[in-house]
Amino acid sequence: MSDDASAIPSPSRRQLLVGGGAVAGWGAALALGVDAAVAAPSSAPAAVPSQDTAGLRGASTVPFHGPHQAGVTVVPQAHSTFVALDLVDGVDRDALGRLMRLLTDDARRLTQGLPALADTEPELARRPARLTVTFGFGPGFVASAGGEAPGWLGPLPAFGVDRLEEGWSDGDLLLEVASDDPVTVAHAVRMLLKGTRAFATVRWLQQGFRDAYGSVPTGTTMRNLFGQIDGTVNLVPGSVDAEDLVWIRDGWLDRGTSVVVRRIAMNLETWDELDRPGREQSVGRRLDTGAPLTGTREHDEPDFDAVDAVGFPVIPEFSHIARARSADPRERFLRRGYNYDLPPRPGAISESGLIFVSFQADPVTQFVPVQRRLDELDLLNTWTTPIGSAVFAVPPGCQEGGFVGETLLG
Amino acid sequence: MSRTIRSHRTTTTSRAARLAAVGLAGALALTACSGGDDADGATTDAATATGTGTAAAQDAGLDELEVRDPWAKAADAGMSAAFGTLHNPTDGDVVVVAASSPSSPMVELHETVEVDGVAQMREVEGFTVPAGGDVVLEPGGNHLMLMGLTAPLTPGAEVTVVLELADGTTLDVVAPVKEFAGANETYAGGDDVHDMGEHDMDGHDMGDMDEHAGSEG
Repeated sequence: MSDDASAIPSPSRRQLLVGGGAVAGWGAALALGVDAAVAAPSSAPAAVPSQDTAGLRGASTVPFHGPHQAGVTVVPQAHSTFVALDLVDGVDRDALGRLMRLLTDDARRLTQGLPALADTEPELARRPARLTVTFGFGPGFVASAGGEAPGWLGPLPAFGVDRLEEGWSDGDLLLEVASDDPVTVAHAVRMLLKGTRAFATVRWLQQGFRDAYGSVPTGTTMRNLFGQIDGTVNLVPGSVDAEDLVWIRDGWLDRGTSVVVRRIAMNLETWDELDRPGREQSVGRRLDTGAPLTGTREHDEPDFDAVDAVGFPVIPEFSHIARARSADPRERFLRRGYNYDLPPRPGAISESGLIFVSFQADPVTQFVPVQRRLDELDLLNTWTTPIGSAVFAVPPGCQEGGFVGETLLG
Repeated sequence: MSRTIRSHRTTTTSRAARLAAVGLAGALALTACSGGDDADGATTDAATATGTGTAAAQDAGLDELEVRDPWAKAADAGMSAAFGTLHNPTDGDVVVVAASSPSSPMVELHETVEVDGVAQMREVEGFTVPAGGDVVLEPGGNHLMLMGLTAPLTPGAEVTVVLELADGTTLDVVAPVKEFAGANETYAGGDDVHDMGEHDMDGHDMGDMDEHAGSEG
């Protein structure tokens, strides 16, 4: 690449240009070649682009083996692709075992920076950049496996705000592939999907992003495309609360969890009509710091009783954080969302939104009550529309020699 | 060229039969050798090279040929191929002289060469793995060719290939089967072009191919 990248013709290239100068069309090229040659210092190495190696972390890996799938609790990577697959007819329990062994082997290698077996682009596997691959099973998968599906595994109850599209909803098998390097994500998704061809077809695929690695400290609460700090109130992986509220404790899902993936379209056009005070009131937080309107720092506890000079609540009762707040400490979950930004439809200039992702032991008792309150009243609903929704059972992790899904299929 | 292949083919049946016997003996020998390494009695693991078992095999300090990251191309019928890295940790060269498989009545050691600008596969006498070195079996290069598959090689299933070494010992290689679009080099054994794994060879048995090659040579 360095040769191609050179803007300065080498001596042989100059000769070539001179040789072609007799053709009228080459006159300009000839002139440019000469100018460049004159301007260039005599030492050729100056033509090689310099490299900034500060903050390099492409080789960074997240352990694949463990009691839980690593992608649930890893500090969110910059890029994540969610792929839902539909099983083809005739894929039975045995076939699912073969599929999950294949996918696990690919994931085990790729997450550690090693090419998958039969990897046709092994060089693209060499920068895992904290790559994780997380698997989730939909109701169709569990049924085909002959397993016992938890009661919550299926579509969420319908919400009034929903405008769900089939093409963004449900599915039999979920792959979440996340890394700080989008090239790594693309390659891993491609390798994994190549292995699924005999078993399944792609139902939907959602690509999401956060701040680029190195742009902000890793672990910073993300900003969505409304400009809001999004996800401040969250379970902290490893905390007692998270251990209790994220992980399932029995059956084949012991040490597993559930994931809700909802695609939330965000109308940036109507959001633009809203001035900054209105934007802050709709959420109940400041846009700059993410602090509640009653506080000064992001993680300050909101004071929902505080009133302004004329007696109105400082944090409006219709604001997002007031409505989302629950008195029941079990109505919490681990959020791990991503932005999306697609090419606009004809006549529009943006097609943007949020891939809402939450992990919890039981979506019906933990997530649904919160979503019900937001469905009933949340000023943010004015500008947001759920267009996709899916729930998957996330099996536990595996050890070396095992495979993800073995507690269901083994 | 076809004469060479034909001459190998004519001996294949008897060689395969012989290998079956040798394979049993070899497995017994390996079991005896490796039994002391493995407390849980999973002695076949030490002799069976799988991708995920590679690290463990290295830790066990094997003093014999191992196959790292083996895999085979999925195929419904006809031909397929198996790949991986032959690693020789010993002080002397190790030569793989033949291979067999329960999934194929005829497994050949192939190299890929360019003939008139076209990549073609052809049989070789053996793979010599240098002391402390590797021979890589990969699409577009050296590989183990499985002909006349007795059953489909289904994605995610495992296929066993038994390598016979020059010293008479054998090594069981268990390779996961993966879908793979490549490895489509033409076969230098005749004027038909066979795509490995995709060409339906139903109706052709190995005898037909021998006659075909013979009519050329």
